[in-house]
Amino acid sequence: MTVTTPKWLADSAHVIQAKATLDQHAYEMVQWHFHESTGSPFWLAKKKELKFDPLTEVKGFDDIRKFPEFEDEWLRGGPVERWIPKGLAGKPTYVFETGGTTGIPKSRVVIDDFRIDYENFSHTLPDHYFPKNSNWLMLGPSGPRRLRLAVEHLCQYRGGISFCIDLDPRWVIKLIKKGWMEHLEEYKKHCIDQAITILTANHNIKCMFTTPKLLEALAMGLAEKGTSIAEIGITGIFSGGTEFTPQWTRFCVEELLGGLPEQSGVYMTPTYGNTLMGLACSRPITDEDNYTIAYYAPQPRAVVEIVDFDDSNKIVGFGETGRVKLYTMTKEFFVPGFLERDEGEREMPYEKYPWDGVSGVRPYRGFASTTTVGVY
Amino acid sequence: MITIHPLRWGKIYKSLDTFDVIHFDTGEAIAKIGQVNGGMVQMDMRKCDQARKALRSIPTDELISMCEKAAHLFENETLSVGDGTQSVDEFIHQQSASTGLPEHMCRNNMKKNSFVLSNMRKILDALTRGLDLDILSRGYGEEGRNVTVSFQCQSPVLGAVLPNNSPGVHTLWLPAVPLQVGLVLKPGSQEPWTPYRMISAFMAAGIPGEAFCLYPGGHDVGSTIMARCAKSMIFGSAQTVQQYSGNPKVQAHGPGFSKVLLGDDVVDQWEDYLDLMVESVASNSGRGCINASGIWASRHTREIAEALAARIGPMEALPPTDPNAQLAAFTNAQMATGTWAMIQQDLSESGVEDMTASYGPRLIERERCAYLRPVVVHANSPSCGVAAKEYMFPFASVVQCPQKDMIKSIGQTLIGTAITGDEAWIDELTNATNIDRLNIGPVPTNRLNWLQPHEGNLTEFLFRSRAYQIAPLRVAVGS
Repeated sequence: MTVTTPKWLADSAHVIQAKATLDQHAYEMVQWHFHESTGSPFWLAKKKELKFDPLTEVKGFDDIRKFPEFEDEWLRGGPVERWIPKGLAGKPTYVFETGGTTGIPKSRVVIDDFRIDYENFSHTLPDHYFPKNSNWLMLGPSGPRRLRLAVEHLCQYRGGISFCIDLDPRWVIKLIKKGWMEHLEEYKKHCIDQAITILTANHNIKCMFTTPKLLEALAMGLAEKGTSIAEIGITGIFSGGTEFTPQWTRFCVEELLGGLPEQSGVYMTPTYGNTLMGLACSRPITDEDNYTIAYYAPQPRAVVEIVDFDDSNKIVGFGETGRVKLYTMTKEFFVPGFLERDEGEREMPYEKYPWDGVSGVRPYRGFASTTTVGVY
Repeated sequence: MITIHPLRWGKIYKSLDTFDVIHFDTGEAIAKIGQVNGGMVQMDMRKCDQARKALRSIPTDELISMCEKAAHLFENETLSVGDGTQSVDEFIHQQSASTGLPEHMCRNNMKKNSFVLSNMRKILDALTRGLDLDILSRGYGEEGRNVTVSFQCQSPVLGAVLPNNSPGVHTLWLPAVPLQVGLVLKPGSQEPWTPYRMISAFMAAGIPGEAFCLYPGGHDVGSTIMARCAKSMIFGSAQTVQQYSGNPKVQAHGPGFSKVLLGDDVVDQWEDYLDLMVESVASNSGRGCINASGIWASRHTREIAEALAARIGPMEALPPTDPNAQLAAFTNAQMATGTWAMIQQDLSESGVEDMTASYGPRLIERERCAYLRPVVVHANSPSCGVAAKEYMFPFASVVQCPQKDMIKSIGQTLIGTAITGDEAWIDELTNATNIDRLNIGPVPTNRLNWLQPHEGNLTEFLFRSRAYQIAPLRVAVGS
């Protein structure tokens, strides 16, 4: 495969420096999670099953591959306290849930990670489109997923106040499975009506978080009232939660937002994230790049690799397709390699994020037919 | 390889998402089709009034002439389709390659569509019962009895979610154009050819592109068209028809359960009508809703079934380019195996006999597709489940049923050909509400008179008769 050198490619010095930072961070996180005085009951118990000593044999990120793959099933059920590192015991703790459409949801304990992740993310947002001190609208799933906490913190960190409209994705999935499409439409309308009411109530809302589906529905709802996202005063949109395709993104930018930011005054940044990893930012979208959406994990706290479908320790070549493998290494949570339910193409390091990224993220072909995705 | 782009009010949209149309037998990609999403349809529908406005700027008479010209172009000329051009032969080959229909059948369907288009003047005259079409265009007028009549157009566009398998059905939406109603079409993923070629012909004939949208895409595109167009038609299964039953916004077309009924007065001469039965069951590979799936008579049914089986049972699966090919392939082999499994279940019922069993295996499985050779079953009673079945290949149940019970036993029937001279029975048939198109006498079910409405009259679907009173204004002299 021929890979041309793009303008945005990171230089090799930055790539090397980022790798060194990652190695040091991986070493420190393993020391933290596997030391008797600081590690969580879960990982200290797991340590006994390992065929190596993480404290002496993990010297850098590459050694993380010595761990067996993380199984997200471990996150189902209690006691949730087993995940709290001893070094953080007693701190106020939240639980963030993922999945949960059937059976017991997967849970992750969070103390400060969401604040750190979203503060880091905040620094990637262009202030021109996400003005400091302006107010936000959070339109999307919250409830047990607790996304509202993170978005609200992001908004407060930037000096604003966040208005919140909740949507329950578990109910949405039930409606689809039951074939209650009229109820689904009404529920969506119920959410959008509330959002439009807030947006037209003179609250100085300039920024928002929402999912792609809800962004489309909001734009349509506004269009029916003879207005638009740009006209109503939104300038910055942080979107995520479900799949973005280049074609949908193009449609969104060209037709829902009124053009690329310099033309429309509205900047939309797709993100890729989940409860396990945090938030991956995207390279700016351009028409020259055919609206490719390429995500970069918040290294060194999290890493995304694109691995061979048959060998999860083998990274595919740039531009090649593989399964998304996540690593999370924060003081609160340790995931030494988890095979996500997604696949995509490996992207070259970007100047602002000098490490591997992923584009074309979509449901992993092995699960695609059995998963209900992109419903909200 | 040709790339076909969505058309949004006549303007090409080059989508980043494309879908490969695959040759049913070789698996080779024969075209790429750009895909849109439901959101785009919704955005575009805000401008749908422009479609009717563009068409109303052209007098109806002129539009009809343009349809005649489009018919010629559609049937005879090389047209621009997608990012390339398409000759007649290429069209036939592409349609056959993706739908599995033999090429000569594609050619016949093409002629059928062209015929309807070139006879639009007569067809509209029949559908409107001779109404001056300017009255529809202007919205009101004087019909000739010194009475003002008014017909209110119910939608600026007609939406249509089109099928994959049957290129003949496109005749149904064609009259919308001279009625000055725009078209918003979702082509079937395997049969984009006719809608694309037809719209290309319309535009080449001078009809404004602003009147047309072609939206290849997923299910959300179909549901958005249905939700956003005030009038639309959909082609689907019996379940689809049931879903939209009673919905005044939707004309739903599904299985026809068409039948040939032999009256007691003619049944002893059944052999005279064997050709008619063969044509009704097997023409166009039995795919259409207008193909007969039942032959009903009070006696001689076993002999009829045997004779019909002897005529169509030996049909072989031949290559689509073979001029003698009479069977279309199931491009999705699983559909054929599933259908065959259902038929075997039908055959297990007491009183049901497979009359084609002695003509060799019916299910022919190929590497990428499958064929079902014709099946004729005999059912000794209307209560047999198979009497109410219809499948997408030449399949017929020959059902033994007393004439007096026939009308109530046949169930919903799109086309009923009743071969009889029995005036009392003809009167009952005429008054039956479960038969849509009624043929009295030896008319094969597949031979449609285009001057007759089909599953409802399109003009009545698109226009509503309403009151319109005019009083002269009192204007002061000199003002």
